[in-house]
Amino acid sequence: MSAALKVVRPGLFDTLQDLGRIGYMALGMPTAGAMDRVALTLANALCGNPANTAGLEIGVMGPDLLVEADSVRVALVGPLSASLIEGPDAPPKPIDSDRTHLLKRGQMLRVGMVEGSSTAYLAVAGGFDLPPFMGSLSTYARAGVGGYQGRKLAAGDSLPLVRDQAPPGDEKKLGQPFDYGSGPVRVVWGPQDDYFSSKGRRTFVESDYRVSKEADRMGIRFEGPTIEHSVTGDKRGADIISDGIGPGAIQVPGAGLPIVLLGDRQTVGGYSKIATVASVDLPRLGRLLPGQVVRFSPVTVEEAEKLRRDQEARLQRAIADFKTARPPGGIDLARLYEENLIDGVVYY
Amino acid sequence: MNVSVRYLSCGDTAFSVEFGNKISPEINGRVMALHAAIGQAAKSGELAGVVETVPSMRALMVCYDPMTTSRAKLEPEIEGLIARGLPTGMKTRQVTIPCCYDDPEFAPDLKEVAERTKKKVEDVIALHLASRFTVYVLGFMPGLAYIAGLEKSLYLPRRSQPRVRVPRSTVAIAMDMTTIYPFESPGGWHLIGRTPLWMFDQRREQPVFLAPGDSLTFQRIDRKAYDRISREVEAGAFDWARLVRA
Repeated sequence: MSAALKVVRPGLFDTLQDLGRIGYMALGMPTAGAMDRVALTLANALCGNPANTAGLEIGVMGPDLLVEADSVRVALVGPLSASLIEGPDAPPKPIDSDRTHLLKRGQMLRVGMVEGSSTAYLAVAGGFDLPPFMGSLSTYARAGVGGYQGRKLAAGDSLPLVRDQAPPGDEKKLGQPFDYGSGPVRVVWGPQDDYFSSKGRRTFVESDYRVSKEADRMGIRFEGPTIEHSVTGDKRGADIISDGIGPGAIQVPGAGLPIVLLGDRQTVGGYSKIATVASVDLPRLGRLLPGQVVRFSPVTVEEAEKLRRDQEARLQRAIADFKTARPPGGIDLARLYEENLIDGVVYY
Repeated sequence: MNVSVRYLSCGDTAFSVEFGNKISPEINGRVMALHAAIGQAAKSGELAGVVETVPSMRALMVCYDPMTTSRAKLEPEIEGLIARGLPTGMKTRQVTIPCCYDDPEFAPDLKEVAERTKKKVEDVIALHLASRFTVYVLGFMPGLAYIAGLEKSLYLPRRSQPRVRVPRSTVAIAMDMTTIYPFESPGGWHLIGRTPLWMFDQRREQPVFLAPGDSLTFQRIDRKAYDRISREVEAGAFDWARLVRA
C-alpha cells in the first residue's frame, strides 16, 4: 500500500501551498503560494525539505490526519494550540508547535486551533507525492488547480506521501519563535500614488486600519478613514487602465478603503494602487486576523530591499539555530554532550 | 522613436515600465516588444534576478528577486534594452477561433447589439468575423483575454446590468474589444456567440490557449460543427495546433 495521510476530519480551510506558481502571470494565472512564506520555510527546514516543498496551510482550525505509512515525520509551525497525537493503543498526547514529531502507522495527528494568527503550516519530511500544475503545487481554488484536486481538503481525502517511512534523525525544534517584527507595516509608495491627493496620502499613513471580515487568500479589505483620490489633473480617481498587480499591492477603489492584495490576487486590475507592502512584511499580512489594527509606514525601495535581505539572513540563522527536541520522557543526548555529562562525570 | 517611459514602483519585488497613458496598438506593441526582449535576454543569461514579466495594455510589470538583484541595478539594464531599440514587427501567432453565432442560447445579446448599432444580425456577425483582433492582456481570471480590434461600428459600452452567470466559452463584445470566458463566471459584456474551445484546460500541457500578442480572427461554424468540436475538446482529442499559424 502506498504511503498517505488520510483526512479523517478536515479543518476549516486547509490547502497545499508552496512558495507560489511563478512565471505564468502573463497568462492571467495568479501565483497563489503560502500566505506566510517564513513559517512554511521553517516547517520545511525542520523536516529537512527544500524551502519550496509544498506544505499544508492551515487556517483557523486544523484537520485530523491518520497515518497510513510505516512512519512519517511532520513539522508544525505557527501558533497552534491543543494539537494531539492519538492512538492506536496509547492515550492522546498533547504536542507542541514549532517542532517536528514522528508518527507511526495508525496514529492520528489532530492539529489544533490556530490562535493569534490566520495561518499555521504542516510540512512532512519528503513532501507530498502529487503532480505539480504549471510547475507548482500551490492550490488556487478559484480555478480548481494545484494542490490536492485544486481545492481545500475534505473528509476522506488521501494525501500521498513521497516517503513511506520517516528519514532517520532526531526531532528538531526552533531555537526561539521567529520575530516577524512589530510596529507599522512597511510600504513603498506607488505604482499610482500620484492618483491620490496629498490629503489622501497623509490619511493613508497617519490612520489606523482595521482588518475587516473580508480577508482571505486573495486579499484583505481594511476599514478606516477613507483615502481621497485626486480630483484634478489627468491622473485622478479610482480607475486606471488595467496594469499588473504585484504581491502586496494596495488598491483603493472609489469607496476610498484600502485592499491589500495577496497570493490569490488577480494578475491585472483597473483600480489605482496607492502603495505596495514591502516583501519583508508580507508574511505578517498573511497572519492578520479580522479585527486586528495596523498602520502603514512608507520606506524607499532600497530600504525595503535591505529589510527583506536582512529578514532572509535572520531566517537562515534561525534554521542554523534549530535545536534537538527531546522526546517526551527521553534523554536529550545533545544537551548531555554539550554539558559534558555523557559519562556522568563533570570535569571542572 | 521619441519615447517617454515611466518606471513605477510596485514594492521591492516589482516595478512597472509604463509606455503611455492610453490604449493604442503602438503603445501595446512596445509593451509586448519589451516583454519579448526581457524574456530573450533572461534566456541568454542576462538580467539575473528577473522572475517574470506581466504585460498589460500600456505597461509591463517586471517582477524580480531582491535576493539576487535590486531595482537600482535592474532599472538601468531595462533602460539599456529600450535604448538599444525594441524589436518591431515581431512574429506573432495567427490564431483562428471557431465560433457558433446561431443558437439564441449561445448569443442572447446578438439581437440587441444589432438593434443598438442599427444593423442586421447577419451584419453584426459579419463585422465580428471581419475584425482583425490582437490579444492585449490576460487577466481577471486565468486565461481570460482582452482582445482588441473590434470593428468600430460595433462599439458599445458594457451592459448596465451585468449577468450573474455567463457560461464557459461564451464569446462577448464590449467597447473596442472581444473576449472569451474561460470559466462560467459573472460578466457584463454582450454575449454574441460561443466557441467549442476551452480557453483554460488544466489537462493540457499549455493550459492557457491564448497569449498576449496573438493575432486573432473568428471563423463561423454551425451548430453541428460546434457539437463535434465540443466532443473532441471534452475528450481531450482536439487538435489545437491546426488553429495556429506561426
